[in-house]
Amino acid sequence: MRRLIASREALLLLAIAIVLGIIASRFPAFITPTNLASVFNDTSPLILLAIGQMIVILTKCIDLSVAANLALTGMVVSLVNIAIPDMPIIFTMLIAISFGTVLGMFNGVLVWKLDIPPIVVTLGTMTIFRGIIFLLTEGKWVNSHEMSDKFKAFPRADILGMPVLSWIAIIVVILFMIVMSRTKLGRAFYAAGGNPHAATYAGINVGRTQFWAFTISGALAGLTGYLWVSRFAVAYVDVAAGFELTVVAACVIGGVSIMGGIGTVHGALLGALFLGIIANALPVVNISPFWQMAISGSAIIIAVVLNAQANRVKGRIILKRAEQAT
Amino acid sequence: MNAGKFTNTLQEESPSIELTGITKTFPGVRALSEVSLKLYPGKVTALVGENGAGKSTVVKVLTGIYQPDAGKILLENKPVKFFTPQIAETNGVTAIHQETVLFDELSVAENIFLGHEPKGRFGLIDRSVMFARSEEILNEIGANIDPKAILKDLGTANKHLVAISRALSIDARVVIMDEPTAALSQKEIDELYDLIETLKSQDKAILFISHKFNEIFRIADFYTVYRDGQMVGAGEIDDVSEPELVKLMVGRDVNQIFPARERKIGERVLEVVGYEHPTEFSEIDFNLRRGEILGFYGLVGAGRSELMQALFGITKTSDGSIKIDGAMASIRSPADAVDNGIVYVPEDRGKQGAIGALPIFQNVTLPSLSKTSQNGFIKLAEEFKLAREYSERLDLRAASLDTDVGNLSGGNQQKVVIAKWLATKPKVIILDEPTKGIDIGSKAAVHEFMAELAAQGLAVIMVSSEIPEIVGMSDRAIVMREGRIVAELSQLEITPESLVSYAAGIREYVT
Amino acid sequence: MTQENKLIIPDRLRSPLEQRLKSWESLLMLVAITIFVANSFASPYFLNAWNLSDATFNFTEKAMIAFAMALLIISGEIDLSVASIIALASTAMGAAAQVGIGTEGLILVGLTVGLMCGATNGVLVTRFGLPSIVVTIGTMSLFRGISFIILGDQAYRGYPQDFAYFGQGYLWWVISFEFILFIILAIVYGIILHMTNFGRAVYAIGNNPTGALFSGIRVNRVKFILFLLTGLMSGVAAICLTSRLGSTRPSIAFGWELEIVTMVVLGGVNILGGSGSIPGVLIAAFVMGLVTFGLGLLNVPGIVMSIVIGALLISVIALPRLWSVWRT
Repeated sequence: MRRLIASREALLLLAIAIVLGIIASRFPAFITPTNLASVFNDTSPLILLAIGQMIVILTKCIDLSVAANLALTGMVVSLVNIAIPDMPIIFTMLIAISFGTVLGMFNGVLVWKLDIPPIVVTLGTMTIFRGIIFLLTEGKWVNSHEMSDKFKAFPRADILGMPVLSWIAIIVVILFMIVMSRTKLGRAFYAAGGNPHAATYAGINVGRTQFWAFTISGALAGLTGYLWVSRFAVAYVDVAAGFELTVVAACVIGGVSIMGGIGTVHGALLGALFLGIIANALPVVNISPFWQMAISGSAIIIAVVLNAQANRVKGRIILKRAEQAT
Repeated sequence: MNAGKFTNTLQEESPSIELTGITKTFPGVRALSEVSLKLYPGKVTALVGENGAGKSTVVKVLTGIYQPDAGKILLENKPVKFFTPQIAETNGVTAIHQETVLFDELSVAENIFLGHEPKGRFGLIDRSVMFARSEEILNEIGANIDPKAILKDLGTANKHLVAISRALSIDARVVIMDEPTAALSQKEIDELYDLIETLKSQDKAILFISHKFNEIFRIADFYTVYRDGQMVGAGEIDDVSEPELVKLMVGRDVNQIFPARERKIGERVLEVVGYEHPTEFSEIDFNLRRGEILGFYGLVGAGRSELMQALFGITKTSDGSIKIDGAMASIRSPADAVDNGIVYVPEDRGKQGAIGALPIFQNVTLPSLSKTSQNGFIKLAEEFKLAREYSERLDLRAASLDTDVGNLSGGNQQKVVIAKWLATKPKVIILDEPTKGIDIGSKAAVHEFMAELAAQGLAVIMVSSEIPEIVGMSDRAIVMREGRIVAELSQLEITPESLVSYAAGIREYVT
Repeated sequence: MTQENKLIIPDRLRSPLEQRLKSWESLLMLVAITIFVANSFASPYFLNAWNLSDATFNFTEKAMIAFAMALLIISGEIDLSVASIIALASTAMGAAAQVGIGTEGLILVGLTVGLMCGATNGVLVTRFGLPSIVVTIGTMSLFRGISFIILGDQAYRGYPQDFAYFGQGYLWWVISFEFILFIILAIVYGIILHMTNFGRAVYAIGNNPTGALFSGIRVNRVKFILFLLTGLMSGVAAICLTSRLGSTRPSIAFGWELEIVTMVVLGGVNILGGSGSIPGVLIAAFVMGLVTFGLGLLNVPGIVMSIVIGALLISVIALPRLWSVWRT
């Protein structure tokens, strides 16, 4: 318990509480449960992607293609929806997840089998994925009126007072908390990134572990792709353009070390929430939303400076001062 | 070389695991050539050999990290193939590796069970079982460690105990210990011996790799000797003497001859006063003269390398001063040190010494580029000239000067590093374990060269853990223990006994 | 070993010419020529001096930054904030132009902002020892974020008349000022990287930072200078781009950082540091420019060109590796 309090995540929670406190002191309406629930709902896509990105970063990789994957998968399910408007949503979800998974696996294979640096792979696939959207649509948008009502209604559907989108985020958070702490694969992500050399000795195939990280990131991006296009009821080439860096930012703010091996699901969750609260609070407190970018940039820099201080390796101590004192 | 002729000396009991005819080749190197190894239940087999003899490679073959090119592994007389480390583990082969193969950010229990976590409901990791089993194992080896603690909060010795627990967490038939005592104190070593006795009583076969002969003769039942990737001897430890074992190891009688030299000790060149570091060393005072070889002896972890790296500007000191040729010098970076004529040949050649992917000539001229350039522009012809001059002086063996240093042997890499520094025309050269990991032939060459440097008036500091080297080469020796200088010995006072007793704190030095 | 048969080590085994012919750069050159020839067959408008000259504008500004970025990546670091530095520098120039500062002043403002941004990155990376990829993702948001705060959805226009020269002027016939600047910078960076002590230090650091430090190289100083240079080049690019567009919006040069990194990697620079060359980056700039221009003439939209660039990026790295995997 004491360890929990001293952790980076607890510090971040404190920072979030302070931010909320400051906002609430002038705009109490912001912290009403209804509004907070709506902030959470707004942040849900970021949470989903941040969890996938966190796992990828844990294994010393980075996935810059998540937003492009989201956009491409979103377009694919939209086109499928136009073709088969009556398809049950469960199949739409399955298509989204599997399609995203395949895209993620493509990244993973290039990293695993060909040993190409992840930043190069995902930089490439990022442009390729978006290009494919164009090829599929010749640059045309899929607009609200072309999507079936069922398709658009699902993420907004209300269950116990919260939209499905929020519930999906909650379920994914819980699922990955279990995966990361209670499965072999989850532990392998930490091992492969924390000490790849030792992981090999422990019988963990580092490349394959990275492959699974990209696969998971792809699956979550695909899932988010459907949720995104149906929520905003529009799909086009530039959906979520530049969002990949916001996702990385959420991870960094959430205490995920870019050097690998350090990071938690709740850290990524809090990092995403921090950015989500800032984004939602700016209009409320009458600051121009144009401030958002600079604020999240500063937050990243502050977070990475603090993380580096916290992770400073304690050196071996040769001197025995205690002996000297006697 | 026929390995079979040794087998008749071993007892007829069937081995837990047996390697026969194992060959492993890497690009350009034959690391193992038809070697054998037998490990018996309830017995300790010592694997002996020089650095580069193939010990680590055979461990990696045994644990499934490397696949042999040829040969068989027989587990209780049945042939097996360890395609992955996991297969080796499930077959009961486990290793406590030389390097730390643990995970700083994970808990102790997770470290112990990583890769073979106990499964509970729904195939999920059963954390309560994992913690309970960890506690059991830790208790079994007498370690007082909380299984829930995060590994990075543990000290070195405790980390080592976790590594041992990890090896014991699988139901092992074969336990491999690769230099297990290297980082341990005497008390911890004694505890390790007790542990080995326990393992023996449980009928586990133990492979014990060590450089320390007293240990080998104390705990081993059998020995196997490798030399240059071949098996050159095996038998019962009671049938062999220490000199015989050494002779097998190096392939000839070792009567290490150190170069005789005329000592021309000149004026004082370096003076260190009151050097302090918050955690690494304290109250360091010494001086060094031209033409002198000053030996620094101490146990591993006595703070010698840390001190040398402070002199070289890598480690920041908290107090103290340094004078070169009588003038105060401020050294805040290696670049400052080089400017002041102090150079450092590190122990870790691969990481700190040479730049493997750059060619020889660029490595040699790296710190003295200002000499081979004009206004910052490189003059390639001059560069090659300088590189050639020093490479030839060190009798470097290479196909060409534009060969990448990474492709050279350890001894030749060491020569490149020394050549690099000599090209800067230094006043003081610090050699940190200069002959570690290089073959006997190159060793003699390095010693000869060191003598030559001193004769030319260079001041040499030699950090070494090899007693014969300190005794044979030093004009004066300083012994360090736990970050402090505990003795300064004149040439006549340098004996193996005095070095060991000061270093271990058995004897106090009186001035 | 006696003195007589002492080994004479040759300087080189392979001649520099032979090495050069078998290099990445030659392969890339081949690709460039192929694309050039293919383009001239595919479109009758391709081999037109003015068209070709126009086409250079779509890569010269990026390439200026790519030269400095190449050095930075060879040293093992990266700067993802370059496009945001352009935005900030351009915004600062726009603000300066509003208060009536002349062309010389604007140049000074652009270069100063570039240097300051580079210094910020450099300090964060070298003083605090932070990974540059995260630092520059942060400053990327920060620098462009400041532009957004200043400009919002507005734009600066109204630059002095003679300011237009840098992005629109021609020195001689079809040879633009920008193109000449690009060539000069290529030569300058080629000399810095391949012919000076500084360039040698960059390679040493990229290959083995610890080894470089232990060889007496001032690693942090070199890295800091590289961040400064990258910032400065972003400032130069900001001047050219602003001059060419004649206006500044906060979204100016959006996404350029990834195109610049792509150009550098395509040019044969190892993204993990340690190797690469300026000629490689120069040819890569032409390859990317030719692909974009050629496809543009065929009325292929920009987004599809990005597929080609992305696929090119992955395949140029994947193919040699696939080849070696397949051979063994």
